[in-house]
Amino acid sequence: MAERSFKAEVERLKIGDGEAFEGEGILAVTKALLQSGVAYVGGYQGSPISHLMDVFADASELMAGLGVHFESSASEATAAAMLAASVNYPLRGAVAWKSVVGTNVASDALSNVASGGVTGGALIIVGEDYGEGSSIMQERTHAFAMKSQMWLIDPRPSLPLLVDMVEHGFALSEASNTPVMLELRVRACHMTGSFVARDNRRPPLTVAEAAQTPHRDTSRIVLPPANFAHEVEKIEKRWPAGIKYVQDHGLNEHFGTAQDDIGIIVQGGLFNSLNRALELIGLSDAYGNAVLPVYVLNVTYPLIPDEVQAFCAGKSAVLIVEEGQPEFIEHELNTLVRRADLNTRIAGKDMLPRSGEYTADVIKQGVAKFLRAHAPDRAPAEMPVQPPALPPTAVPQRPAGFCTGCPERPIFSAMKLVQKDIGELHVSADIGCHLFSILPPFHIGNTTMGYGLGTAGASAFKPEGKRAVAIMGDGGFWHNGLTSGIGNAVFNQDDNLTIIVDNGYSAATGGQDILSSKATTPQRKTNNPIEKAVRGVGITWAKTRTRTYDVAGMRDAIHDALTSPDKGPKVLVAQSECQLNRQRRIKPQIAKALKSGQRVVRERFGVDPDTCTGDHSCIRLSGCPSLTIRANPDPLRQDPVAHVENSCVGCGVCGEVSHAAVLCPSFYKAHVISNPNRADRIRQRLRGWVISALQRRSARKIAARAF
Amino acid sequence: MSTSGRISIAVLGLGGQGGGVLADWIVQLGANNGYVTQGTSVPGVAQRTGATVYYVEMMPRSEAATPLLALMPVPGDVDIVVASELMEAGRAILRGFVSDRTVLIGSTHRVYAIDEKSAMGDGRASGERIIAAAKQRAGRYIGFDMEDAAERAGSVISSVMFGALCASGALPFGRDAFEAAIVSGGKAVEANLRGFAAGHAAALCDSATPLDAQQMPTASTEKGRALQARIQANLPQAAQYFAIEGARRLMDYQDPAYADLYLARLESLSGNADLITEAARYLALWMSYEDTIRVADLKVRETRFERVRAEVKAKDDQIVQLTEYMHPRLEEICETLPAGMGRTILASPRLSGWLGGMFTKGRHVETTSLRWFLMLSVLASGRCWRRSTLRYQTEQARIEAWLDIVRSADPDVALELVKCQRLIKGYGDTFERGLHNFNRIIERYRSGGLSASGIARLREAALADEKGDALQAALAG
Repeated sequence: MAERSFKAEVERLKIGDGEAFEGEGILAVTKALLQSGVAYVGGYQGSPISHLMDVFADASELMAGLGVHFESSASEATAAAMLAASVNYPLRGAVAWKSVVGTNVASDALSNVASGGVTGGALIIVGEDYGEGSSIMQERTHAFAMKSQMWLIDPRPSLPLLVDMVEHGFALSEASNTPVMLELRVRACHMTGSFVARDNRRPPLTVAEAAQTPHRDTSRIVLPPANFAHEVEKIEKRWPAGIKYVQDHGLNEHFGTAQDDIGIIVQGGLFNSLNRALELIGLSDAYGNAVLPVYVLNVTYPLIPDEVQAFCAGKSAVLIVEEGQPEFIEHELNTLVRRADLNTRIAGKDMLPRSGEYTADVIKQGVAKFLRAHAPDRAPAEMPVQPPALPPTAVPQRPAGFCTGCPERPIFSAMKLVQKDIGELHVSADIGCHLFSILPPFHIGNTTMGYGLGTAGASAFKPEGKRAVAIMGDGGFWHNGLTSGIGNAVFNQDDNLTIIVDNGYSAATGGQDILSSKATTPQRKTNNPIEKAVRGVGITWAKTRTRTYDVAGMRDAIHDALTSPDKGPKVLVAQSECQLNRQRRIKPQIAKALKSGQRVVRERFGVDPDTCTGDHSCIRLSGCPSLTIRANPDPLRQDPVAHVENSCVGCGVCGEVSHAAVLCPSFYKAHVISNPNRADRIRQRLRGWVISALQRRSARKIAARAF
Repeated sequence: MSTSGRISIAVLGLGGQGGGVLADWIVQLGANNGYVTQGTSVPGVAQRTGATVYYVEMMPRSEAATPLLALMPVPGDVDIVVASELMEAGRAILRGFVSDRTVLIGSTHRVYAIDEKSAMGDGRASGERIIAAAKQRAGRYIGFDMEDAAERAGSVISSVMFGALCASGALPFGRDAFEAAIVSGGKAVEANLRGFAAGHAAALCDSATPLDAQQMPTASTEKGRALQARIQANLPQAAQYFAIEGARRLMDYQDPAYADLYLARLESLSGNADLITEAARYLALWMSYEDTIRVADLKVRETRFERVRAEVKAKDDQIVQLTEYMHPRLEEICETLPAGMGRTILASPRLSGWLGGMFTKGRHVETTSLRWFLMLSVLASGRCWRRSTLRYQTEQARIEAWLDIVRSADPDVALELVKCQRLIKGYGDTFERGLHNFNRIIERYRSGGLSASGIARLREAALADEKGDALQAALAG
């Protein structure tokens, strides 16, 4: 079960012709797919399109009713390969993933499908994780579109346009036999808005029907001599067809005035920011009525030579607002302008920063610089920069971290304790929540090479003495780590330790189910143990610890694996349920039990402020959000004391850490029993009687010697 | 508001604080009241406890044209900033979102960042600085502890912020419209309306909360009054607060005679008021060192049971059972024994090896059970023979040695030497690390040529990291 449920929103996907649809970008995309008669949908979750996959999953019943096949793919490569269904059959298919990383994984299949070409529309929805909030390397999907020749749509942020672009995307793909990528920027995914809906359409041909009547065309398969023919076909047939479709249907837009000496070309996704920048310097209004011509590239690849020529003709200079690098569009514009023999100066990265997100503020400064160079009479006056009211050091950084009660935290607390004992370790980290280990307070991890590649990232280390440690999440394990990491380690006779974090979900991407999930769902086959899988590929030293919160136990298991005389790769499966998902699962159950008068025990931790001395060793070994500090109630002490907030879920790590690390006796665990039963009440009465009597006696003694 | 009639609202918060819920309400509010409204957020890792920004723009609906709304705030162009925590208000100021046209609505409570929490001493950022900047930079600043208001209303902070937003009058909608947005959200409506009302009320009244004044303990016994008189007669005014608190604590810790010893030691120090004040603080802390007797004593007290019940928010009909995580090692056990016996065991490898085996594992001590309560009570009664314990003798010797060098030093150096006691705290490994660092600084001082500022620098270095790298470097440099 995913982190966020879209069950209620999905109901609205059923609305028909003429009704207004209100919702987020990802819901608009889903509705557009259904309106386009899509036959199959797949993908792999990851920010910023995790929720798109969740919407698909929550809408799977609706899709099944329409004859649309949906699956949660094992990886982006799987999803891309699924597009093979559109090669021989007029089936529209859509797949989605996080880019650029997902596109990297998918690129083998993408190259193949792009080479052979498609019959049915193939749409690849990429969540472009660039700029603020991004968690990955800053690269452009644009490069993939260019190298494999797939068209790239980067729509202006507007839900009606987004919906149109999905439908055009399929038609463009079919008209040019080319897969089409639809790029969704981070904020566009969750941008709210409305559009006028159309009826959902059953696909004219379903995947089941296609499978009934197989059709083959070996010239679509990438094998000599067809591969050479594909290249020619791409250039001579598909490219012109693609350009014609974009041009005929006016997919790119014009804003502002028709004639001017200067103009601006912008990627569609940046248009709203550009318009705000222009508005702030008095060159546009809130509705996009700019006082200079703006050419909006809703299709950023390929460029349309005739449109570019028409726009640039008669202008002395044109600014291209293109985010990221290298500046592919700027290069291509220069080529097109040269070929058209125009004298227009193309300005771009000389006016705008070469790297980083193009926010409205950044664009504003770039446009001002452009105006000062090419239309000084219209350039805004330079404003004095207001001195900052605060230095950056006044506001502490707030990196993301493990959630309250996260079962991954004690694994790293245990590793810290192991390092105290046997010294620093080389740790090859992976992608997933566990990568937060590199941040304070743990500072564990040397490199991360990609999803599921933790073990592979340690494969060069053939230790003589100290073994290296690799971390891998269960999500990454099933994505590829079983073969790329574990299989590789067995085959190459590694001697390292892999710790597989088995929390029952693809947790970092929003808690989607995976092969080893404990939940049973009607649509999926789960409960496939990781240890069984690694033994299946030849691991002989494999252990599963079913309670990561047992810090001392984890510490001993890791220590054991690192010092065991046995040679060969070792796998330690560290198993405990993702707390975020666990809480979501058990909270309603507890509320129900409380309401019906059943006995419920709530556990939570606390710190006695009078024995806490304010050293915060416990925090350095834990880092739990609910374990925090507060002003020391002791008037003599200055350092704040540790404090456990009521958000504590009672996972027990605080106590276990203070045990394992021989810290202080300040932690206590409280069992709060609601609706106590008879035995509880009798025991409590007896204890209460004796304890209160003794406490009263000692209170009298304390009062006697009091100040 | 911009000339176009557009209103821009940035909500800064931490993942999991309900900023998304608040943004949804604002979007609903605008959309239901004649405004084209657009909200955006950044999904992803920021939602795992990181700082994140939700952004809403709204503009009066017109038939003629559809406005183009931006997806993120522009510095200097934000009408309303709602920050769910004090440092997030600071972040909004830092990012330039707060200008003279901005209404800044911010909770003044703190959710400490990991670097603030994990510091070995006090790593907290200055909240006063943020509030001062907010008052200086924002057109209007509404700040109060919204977390506390939410808790008292039995609600969540997002609804309190929504109430404060309504009360600010920064949006052109009436209270009914705000409440309707909560109702149409359909989730925990009653609790959210309670929080909304609390936030609305708090934003309207003057929110400045006075700081707690230092409250001098008043003597309740004959002996207490005698000590108080002695302190007032013999110690400078500035030092009296700490000295009274110190005497109070040591009577509670041991007995009146021990408080007498404390005062005698204080009186033996000559010097300025600063030195005596800090000595009153640190001497009391050192003399009330945390041995097993003290820990047991504090754990079984009636007042502690009451405090814990309040802290875990137990209701009257709920039963609370307590488990302590204790890890007494052989060292701590021996230190609680009569000095001779303790020394003998620790000096004998055979004895300590044999006995040590019994104290390698941590104990789960269930204080609310009769067995453990009685055991801890017996341990707590060890107060009677504390003066004969090994630990007592060790600590008194350390204290005397420390006071000796303080007495022999120049006043400004003496003050810094006194403050070095801050390094000695905690239990087990933590205590040993602190004591080791303290000793290294004192040794360095004894070897000569260390100024007051040099001592202060070493002390800061000792608090910089756990491994002692910074102290090592400072000692070498």
